[in-house]
Amino acid sequence: MADPLDIPADVPAVEMREVEVRLQGRVILQDINLRIEQGSFWALLGPNGAGKTTLLRVIVGLIRPTRGTVRVFGRPPWALGPWRRAIGYVPQFHHVDLRFPVRVKDVVMMGRYGVLGLFRRPGPEDWQRVAEALERVGIAHLADRPLRALSGGERQRVFLARALVTQPRLLLLDEPTAAVDVAASQSLYDLLRQLHREGMTVVMVSHDVGVVAQFVDSVACLNRRLVAHGRPEVVLTADTLDEMYGCQAVFFHHMPGATPHMVVRPDDAEQKP
Amino acid sequence: MNWWEYAFMQRALVGGVMVGVLTAVIGVFVVLRGMSFMGTGIAHASFGGVALGLLVGIDPVLAALAFCLAVAWGIGAVTRRGALKEDTAIGIFFAATMALGALLMGLRQGYNVDLFAYLFGSVLAISTGDLYWILGVGALVLLTVYLLYKEFVFIAFDPEGARVAGLPEPALYYLLLTLIAVTVVVALKVVGIVLVSALLVTPAAAAYRLSETVGEMIAWAVALSVTSVVVGLLLAYGLNTASGATIVLTATAFFGLTLLWGRKD
Ligand SMILES: Nc1ncnc2c1ncn2[C@@H]1O[C@H](COP(=O)(O)OP(=O)(O)O)[C@@H](O)[C@H]1O
Ligand SMILES: [Mg+2]
Repeated sequence: MADPLDIPADVPAVEMREVEVRLQGRVILQDINLRIEQGSFWALLGPNGAGKTTLLRVIVGLIRPTRGTVRVFGRPPWALGPWRRAIGYVPQFHHVDLRFPVRVKDVVMMGRYGVLGLFRRPGPEDWQRVAEALERVGIAHLADRPLRALSGGERQRVFLARALVTQPRLLLLDEPTAAVDVAASQSLYDLLRQLHREGMTVVMVSHDVGVVAQFVDSVACLNRRLVAHGRPEVVLTADTLDEMYGCQAVFFHHMPGATPHMVVRPDDAEQKP
Repeated sequence: MNWWEYAFMQRALVGGVMVGVLTAVIGVFVVLRGMSFMGTGIAHASFGGVALGLLVGIDPVLAALAFCLAVAWGIGAVTRRGALKEDTAIGIFFAATMALGALLMGLRQGYNVDLFAYLFGSVLAISTGDLYWILGVGALVLLTVYLLYKEFVFIAFDPEGARVAGLPEPALYYLLLTLIAVTVVVALKVVGIVLVSALLVTPAAAAYRLSETVGEMIAWAVALSVTSVVVGLLLAYGLNTASGATIVLTATAFFGLTLLWGRKD
């Protein structure tokens, strides 16, 4: 199914050592040590402004850290060469002009432009891949619709299809359910779990602590530094959440053994470093 | 004699239509990428170049090209490094080049008739040599857009996504700035420094409201732009009004119509 990229199975999908990121003189990320094995499913948690998006941007090579090393499949993210297609990135939902005159299938095709190379136009095989990606995320019937005619959940699937169209090994999603209703979130999570079962490494920024903890194998709690990371039942303690969100995190244990439910008061959650 | 029998009217129409096509196509990317103010800034940078050219006796068009490129790349470099917001950078460069132009014009004694022609256009004074220059440079710009069409659409839609997909997004962005600068300079003769950004933005903005794809948007922008140039020129001839201004107001009227009949968002 996947193209032969010859990525060794034992090399971690992402490895960060002593990573520091400064943007315009401000320290945004500090002392980040993280190892994401291939085939794992991670949730990245943290309050607004914690640096979650920045961390993903480092992994996909949009930002180079000011200190430390980042490796994606053992290589620097800005020197991945043909392995670049092994990364799929679904950015935060409001990152583009949603009224841009473009059809769904053309957005998905953009994911292949790097593979196609400059000057070349997509051929039948590329369109086949676009059709498969749309099928995969369940919106094949929307292929010819303008992007702006779609709902939030449908639009999120378009960008997921764009990320999947190169058949990546590592999928990074930035708050994929932020503009999506509960039912659509649930079916998106189901799809991610299915992709994970098929061997994909998934890293997802999320605020649904309780929901996410039920199916990821690891969580990383970020607030400029990595407050904690590891298996959800170990990491998601009151202490960690307290350290991550400050004292405003209210932590409910509805019933013994169930995943705790947590509420963060939005304005207090803005723990600017 | 009828208007079409005058050689100057024929040259004006041919030159105006070529410039109209060029500004429409580049304007689509300017509008989609949200760079309308950038277009205005680059256009006004040519004032400094024209003034310098007139003062020291080098071709004002070439001097304008140098100024436009320097300002386009300068704004691009300053904003991409995150030192300034784009509109702030444009505001600074814009005012500085206008001030420089005014200062240089003050040093030049006598009439500034030719400067007025550059400010507001002199399409009726287009020479055959100008037509060849517009044709040659315009063809080069359009060929570049044709070859890199999918890349320009991607960086207009989602520059970060383009970088993640592995496109050389910074190089494409600077190339787009270069194409804008060249287009502005080519269009100077027809509508002038003050009005060129209108020709860049207005037809594309109208087309935006009528289109479902970028291809459609280019088609609409070219159609509206060329129609505006032709109708504007004939109106200017008939009413004896300034040609550049009449062209721009005609394009604005079309934009007004799309507000009434285009999609409502
Ligand atoms: N390009 C940038 N320049 C300067 N500061 C930035 C930039 N991008 C993000 N930041 C700052 O970095 C911090 C972390 O941002 P972000 O990674 O978006 O957080 P999160 O995704 O966790 O909400 C915020 O304080 C934000 O203001
Ligand atoms: Mg974010």
